[in-house]
Amino acid sequence: MSDSAPSTADTRRLAEEARARVRFEEEALELSDQVYRVARRLAGSREEAEDLVQQTYERAFRSWRQFTPGTNLRAWLLRILTNLNIDRGRRSQRAPQTTSLDTEAGDYFLYNQLEAQTPGENPDEERVLERLSQDSIVEALADVPHDFRDVLVLVDIGEFAYADAAQILDIPIGTVMSRLHRGRRILKANLAERAVA
Amino acid sequence: MSGDCDKCEEMMQPFIDGVLSDAEVREAEEHLERCAWCAKRYRFEERLRHYVRVAVSEPMPPELKAKLAALRTEL
Repeated sequence: MSDSAPSTADTRRLAEEARARVRFEEEALELSDQVYRVARRLAGSREEAEDLVQQTYERAFRSWRQFTPGTNLRAWLLRILTNLNIDRGRRSQRAPQTTSLDTEAGDYFLYNQLEAQTPGENPDEERVLERLSQDSIVEALADVPHDFRDVLVLVDIGEFAYADAAQILDIPIGTVMSRLHRGRRILKANLAERAVA
Repeated sequence: MSGDCDKCEEMMQPFIDGVLSDAEVREAEEHLERCAWCAKRYRFEERLRHYVRVAVSEPMPPELKAKLAALRTEL
């Protein structure tokens, strides 16, 4: 057994690894605003979202070697985050009510309803959109049941591709598509209920 | 409004998601050129997605940002 100082090769390898680690951490931190934005809508409250993001970064920095450079780091971070969120045992929510509005009405029903409530003949779509207040949108999204909301938040808020959302949530892409379809309908039904009369 | 409008309505979400085939995109676009009724609803939907994204976006609290930065490895 020799107790000699580390070889030059070892030193170089360690220095290389330290640089890779720093680079990883910097890249992950640059994505933190985007990660928070998604986390805030996956979690029930701001406090929960903050805890989740912090735990996600703690775990990510510990397991940084498991990340494959060149792959989607934002998706990797969200995968950790959604797993933590599920592990926390999300508050139980009532099962989604199957209403005729979200399953049978077509995709135009929200527009049709809002337009009918907007004064004036043939209003433009911007004015129709103004029937929805910011608070009502936040509430309407929060009221979408978890399974549908996770997909909706990743795709429509986080702007992830279907395939990334499937990987993050560990569900088949077909399930992403069907939940997204249903989730958007539920969101619209919730928005229709809260529209400014 | 016609039967074509029903078809156009079905294609709206995948159209905006950019997952339709080239032929389907052409079919939807041809209808939208002729049908102001559907065109308006497509525009509304695109604006709605953007509007929702902006409405629910909350900036990260600065304290959290500082906490995350503190997790970095000390060199």
